[in-house]
Amino acid sequence: MGGRPTRVTNSIRALRFARGEMTQAELADRVGVTRQTVIAIEQGRYSPSLETAFLVARALRAPLDEVFGYPEDTPDGT
Amino acid sequence: MSYEEKGTWVYLVVSVVVYGVYVGVLLSTAQGGTLADVAYVAPLLWTIVASVVAAVVVRIVVEVVRPSESYRSDERDRELARRGVAVGWWGVIAGALVALVLALVEADYFWIANAVYLGFVVSAVLSSVTTIVAYRRGV
Repeated sequence: MGGRPTRVTNSIRALRFARGEMTQAELADRVGVTRQTVIAIEQGRYSPSLETAFLVARALRAPLDEVFGYPEDTPDGT
Repeated sequence: MSYEEKGTWVYLVVSVVVYGVYVGVLLSTAQGGTLADVAYVAPLLWTIVASVVAAVVVRIVVEVVRPSESYRSDERDRELARRGVAVGWWGVIAGALVALVLALVEADYFWIANAVYLGFVVSAVLSSVTTIVAYRRGV
């Protein structure tokens, strides 16, 4: 096992700062997860459920695809 | 470290240490003689009780020394725990299979009981290590 476990990317950290420097603890509280889970999502160590992803986006007042991204497949399908 | 991750560490350490003490008691009682002749029932039952009590006590001590921010589990905790259980299950299966073979060859009850118990311990180790690795490296 090496590198990032998930290909899902996110801009949570940038959006937190854009939203009045919201702390990880505040975001965790709004979403209903632990602060450690927010950290894991931010660092790409955990892909949240779709429901939690929507809650994160709502808490950050941003559309889902602005908060989370997924790389386009390369031509060879990898 | 989250409350649930700390709990997983406690489960791992207590499982290993208590089993180590149990094996130590058996070996010292046998004093070089045949293990199967050791009166293992009482130590085994006490070991099971001790592991439950130790897990609760150590859990409380850990929280007193390093309190958690919250005591709830979330979807990530539950998912990682599920992954641990899925892997740990193989320990129970292995213990049961070994016990089955031992019963078929009419081995001493000592070996059958201890194969099952070791299966539980292996299961606890596999599941907690899997969960901890998932916490550390991500999933």
